[in-house]
Amino acid sequence: MKYLCLIYFEETAMDALSENDRQTLVREANAYEAELKASGQMISSSPLQRVATATTIRVRNGKLSTTDGPFAETKEQLGGFILIEAKDLNEAIRIAANSPLARYCSIEVRPLPLPKPGEALRCS
Amino acid sequence: MEHQVAAIYRAHSRRVLATLIRLLGDFDLAEEALHDAFAAAAVQWPRQGVPANPRAWLISAGRFKAIDRLRRRARSDAAMSELAREIEAEGNGTGMDEDHDIEDDRLRLIFTCCHPALTPDAQVALTLRELCGLATEEIARTFLTGAPTVAQRIVRAKAKIRDARMPYEVPSLDELPGRLETVLHVIYLVFNEGYAASSGTSVTRGDLSAEAIRLARLLVELQPEPEAIGLLALLLLHESRRAARSSHDGDLILLADQDRSLWNRAQIVEGAALVEQALRSRRFGSYTLQAAIAAVHAEAADAAATDWRQIVGLYDALLRIEPSPVVALNRAAAVAMRDGPAAGLALIDAILRGGELADYQPAHAARAELCRRLGRNVEARAAYERALALTQQEPERRFLLRRMAELPADAGHPGGAVVI
Repeated sequence: MKYLCLIYFEETAMDALSENDRQTLVREANAYEAELKASGQMISSSPLQRVATATTIRVRNGKLSTTDGPFAETKEQLGGFILIEAKDLNEAIRIAANSPLARYCSIEVRPLPLPKPGEALRCS
Repeated sequence: MEHQVAAIYRAHSRRVLATLIRLLGDFDLAEEALHDAFAAAAVQWPRQGVPANPRAWLISAGRFKAIDRLRRRARSDAAMSELAREIEAEGNGTGMDEDHDIEDDRLRLIFTCCHPALTPDAQVALTLRELCGLATEEIARTFLTGAPTVAQRIVRAKAKIRDARMPYEVPSLDELPGRLETVLHVIYLVFNEGYAASSGTSVTRGDLSAEAIRLARLLVELQPEPEAIGLLALLLLHESRRAARSSHDGDLILLADQDRSLWNRAQIVEGAALVEQALRSRRFGSYTLQAAIAAVHAEAADAAATDWRQIVGLYDALLRIEPSPVVALNRAAAVAMRDGPAAGLALIDAILRGGELADYQPAHAARAELCRRLGRNVEARAAYERALALTQQEPERRFLLRRMAELPADAGHPGGAVVI
């Protein structure tokens, strides 16, 4: 089962990190992702550019509207994602919680659609 | 015989359900299967006699009924027939009748209903529905909400369990402390809802408290962690005072004024022994400390004989584990008993200045009591009125009005408005 881990943080709080702390975090996060890749649990991942670069578009009645910034104004911004393979929600929570990013960020763990119906809640 | 089937339902239905959820991998399918199995029992047992192991019979019957149902559905949905085949294949290999596995199923059900990824409301509703077997209408009645609201909570929770693929498992040892905390909290919420209804006309709703104690016992039996033992002790010690907590007219009676001969001795003895057991583990937490405080109260022959020094000491320990203004408020009340009302009032005023308890009714009620004891009647009246404005529960409101009426008349003022 695939889970998308959406990584949210306050950009200003991240900016406030010392250069030393930031480098440590990046190093640890890279090491953790390499670990997940080696165990076959990582499908894809990437950081995102600052929220200031975001554009939201929608088409209503055939008319395109384009606005600056993300759809919802929130305190924390989407700053990256990790797409993982996990056997169930508990394993996905474990993977997200063990990420060094979890110490600074909020990670939303979202399941992708079930491979087939009735597949949930199998005893492990 | 009908009577016998009903008795077996009461004794076994939750266990059978817990195992069927594991075997079938779906809450709704398991509930239907449970229903089918008991329907079959009601027909077969009167003719053929009750089987030697009714639980194993019911689990097996439920499983076959579920496979039948899936096969029938397979006519419109091909995936169902594959699922039916899988369930059939799995069941034939595994030791379905092993008691150990079946006991584990009940723990799996507890930890799944109380999964932290569900909202607390949903955890409570699901626990009462699946583990206690309460009907949706009963849950709605006890929480004073509509049945559709409760039904929706349960449906949403089950959908999340299914769609996000929450596993049916007992957490591993390193995750256990955090997960157990959620389970204990749910049981505590259920008990509290039964003990002090947050709104409405009755002080206690005994059924929910009894369910909470049953759940805590089950948890202690299956997973005897110190804090689970501490929680069971706390619930028993609180429950022991039920008969003394309110008058015949439904009025609230304070601990100090309660008729201690009405306290349930058996529950106190059991609760106190459990507190000792939890304390000896040296791995106890806030439930055990709260239980220890309740035990000190329970062991005092009358209010005057209460060992306030020990109670303040226990609150000090509790405050270290759980530094919250509510704990600090309770500690202040104990200090008032140990060192006099002025010492307690100074602490309460400092807590109120912190701001977090500005709208917390018990803080103002406690302030009113201490002002009254110090003869500061105008302040006492103002604090009672503040507390009254914050209370939604009828007996509490009557209690505060009664206390206020007992203040000397010179503290009164026309119109009832507070002007200080």
